[in-house]
Amino acid sequence: MSSAEFGLKGTVRELLRYKGAVLGLAIIIVLVSISIYAVVAIPYDKAVEQWRESGYWIKNPKNAAPEWINYFSGKKLPKSIYLSGEGKVVRDGGRSKLVFEYSFGYYYDDFPSEIILFVNSNVTRSFYLKASFLRPDGDHIFLGKYRIKKGENRIYVTNKLDLEASLEKHVEERLGAKPNFSITIEKALFLAYTGKQEVLKGGYKIKLEALTNATNKDVSCEVVIYGKVHGLTGTDHLRRPLSIALIWGTPVALSFGITAATLIVLMQLIIATISAWFGGRVDMALQRVTEVYMVLPFLPTLIMISLFYRISIWTLLLVVIALSIFGANVKTMRALAMQIKTYPYIEAAQAYGASSLRIVFLYMIPKMLPPVIPSIILSVPDFVFLEAVLSFFGLGDPLLPTWGKLLHDALENGALYKGLYYWVLEPSALLVLTAFSFAQIGLALDKIVNPRLREI
Amino acid sequence: MIPRVVRYILKRILMLFLVVVIATYITILIANAGGYVDEIIKSEIQFNVAMYVQNNPAYKGLPPEELKKLIDSMVETQLKLRGLDQPFFIRSFYYLGNALTLNLGRSYFMTSDSGSRMVRLIILERLPQTILLFTTATALLFFIQLLGGLYLSGKYGKRIDRILVNLAPISSMPGWFFLILLILIFYTWLHLLPPSGLVDYPPPPDPFSYFLSVLKHMILPLSAWLISYTWIGIYNMRNFFLIFSTEDYVEVAIAKGVPPGQVRRRYILRPSLPPIITNLALALISSWMGAIVTETVYEWPGLGYTIAQAIGFMDAPVIIGVTVMYAYLLAFTVLVLDIIYGFLDPRIGAAGR
Repeated sequence: MSSAEFGLKGTVRELLRYKGAVLGLAIIIVLVSISIYAVVAIPYDKAVEQWRESGYWIKNPKNAAPEWINYFSGKKLPKSIYLSGEGKVVRDGGRSKLVFEYSFGYYYDDFPSEIILFVNSNVTRSFYLKASFLRPDGDHIFLGKYRIKKGENRIYVTNKLDLEASLEKHVEERLGAKPNFSITIEKALFLAYTGKQEVLKGGYKIKLEALTNATNKDVSCEVVIYGKVHGLTGTDHLRRPLSIALIWGTPVALSFGITAATLIVLMQLIIATISAWFGGRVDMALQRVTEVYMVLPFLPTLIMISLFYRISIWTLLLVVIALSIFGANVKTMRALAMQIKTYPYIEAAQAYGASSLRIVFLYMIPKMLPPVIPSIILSVPDFVFLEAVLSFFGLGDPLLPTWGKLLHDALENGALYKGLYYWVLEPSALLVLTAFSFAQIGLALDKIVNPRLREI
Repeated sequence: MIPRVVRYILKRILMLFLVVVIATYITILIANAGGYVDEIIKSEIQFNVAMYVQNNPAYKGLPPEELKKLIDSMVETQLKLRGLDQPFFIRSFYYLGNALTLNLGRSYFMTSDSGSRMVRLIILERLPQTILLFTTATALLFFIQLLGGLYLSGKYGKRIDRILVNLAPISSMPGWFFLILLILIFYTWLHLLPPSGLVDYPPPPDPFSYFLSVLKHMILPLSAWLISYTWIGIYNMRNFFLIFSTEDYVEVAIAKGVPPGQVRRRYILRPSLPPIITNLALALISSWMGAIVTETVYEWPGLGYTIAQAIGFMDAPVIIGVTVMYAYLLAFTVLVLDIIYGFLDPRIGAAGR
């Protein structure tokens, strides 16, 4: 209670003497800046739309690790290669066709993850497209003949089963034996015929022949050879860059955690003070309600409510507050209020005829505020993790991308089994930073405000 | 004339029972989503009856109107059989009565491993696993925190104290979170320990290797809990003891020259025991609910995982059953503690008022 002597300035100065608290403050400043950036740079609607719309990220690889992972592992993982350009009209006998030729170098240590051909056609009549692949060693591989309709066509080359079967045979022929690993299309295309799982590095060519007499105004092609790394943060199973959820999760986590913690502790403070001041029946009733709350299991109740009513995260916040305002804290705060109730200045206030309301809100609560502020800050991480828990059960906000949702998606899609470390570690790191910074500041404040705990 | 102590106890029993009744009723209201779950069940009954009538060759030749009548009457019997023909408000009191008499009834969807739909059996089947993991964890944590706190309060301001106090922020992250990180290290990376479940699959045949397999599966969740909850617990216990150790009688004892070990045991630990025992009792009872998230992450077949599943299936009887049992257990513990303190500690003053 001696913190009243410090005042705000003194408390901050005192706080800056703790190294942990300074570090915590620095982290919180960074997190707040990220939050502001998120809200300004990617407006809410845009973030939700990008996160929800499945076609938006089609040109990103699936489950790709972040690019910087290449600096740490000895292997150079491939980035995606995007090939596009205008076709040439070629006369072949009496008929004309449109030929797209793309060449690219492939110097990575791992195979690509996928190959997709995007073909846009304005031609009313459908036509065939022949695709072929030329390797640096001169090996020529026919990728198939596909029917192109008007509109946007996507040809998932690496999903064609018949192509896989023929390539398997082709590789066996070249090696002269059955390889001791399984052959997928993307592996067969880039495999060095040495018997080991090695990439053949060098210049490759892809040739697409559109059997139509249309001009290149009407038909355009793009070939995407998907890599295994992408961007700063990598992508998830739906090709979405994790960065959106990481960035947008910051303001959600901070506002959810801070609002819940502050409102709950303040409400508890008011309830405890009222209970102590009025005593008698009011006290009795509030005690019973506290006991009911103790018996009600918090998390199951919260999960049920959010499941049955499918509410947004902000409504959920109200439910969380309603479910926690009678927590065990009320009892300790009530004990403190009982003590303050006997102070002379309260008696003096009573003597000059101050109303109960005035005494509770203007004389008692301000006096009790300093010792509870550390507990507000210390409970912020609890609510940040609570949001993650709710996302974990597929609840939480149905629209917003959050850290908890990333973790949920990662576990749901077997990140732990497939070894997709980045998917788990990126949201975890942000959760750790948030929890750590608030805990550091809270504990330091605790020491300042409760002088008995101050270190020598 | 009834002695005052008996009157106090009777009053407490009445009060706590009232608390259980109210908590149970709130759970019933929420678990049925104010009758919303019943609508789901009604439509399901309708669907099942319609399928049954359609697939039964005995009813093949009937004209459509008669078929409809037949279906309607069968649906009505089914609804009556389950008591769904009455409005939810009235039914909620039936539910309340059943729940309070621990007549937990049958689940809507979930079954126990032996195939039974009795809620009681489902709960009893899952409870031992939860006790095995979380009561062990809670008890372990309690002793580590108690001893650690007591030890540190004697080393106030020393190096070891400062180190352990600085570790307290670790506890701002929950057990399930550490569990995920531990799985990532010990399963995904090192392939040393299993990532989920109670035993290996298929379960080992002889009891000894079965036991070892369960033990192996307990390592990760148990360590995750210890890593998460030890530090703040030691910190709080230390503060608690520090505050007690500035009491006058402790200083007198030290001045008298009582050895430090004895001061700690006799003058600090003993008078601070009641709130510590209260905390332990409440923590042990809460541990019986399991940890919903930890059990779900690890697919540990305990009560917490069952609740998570029941919520997913909207299986109200299971949710209500677990809550009622929990409420009774907790109320009973509080009562026992009240009585013990009423007798032991004159300051709490059962006899006084």
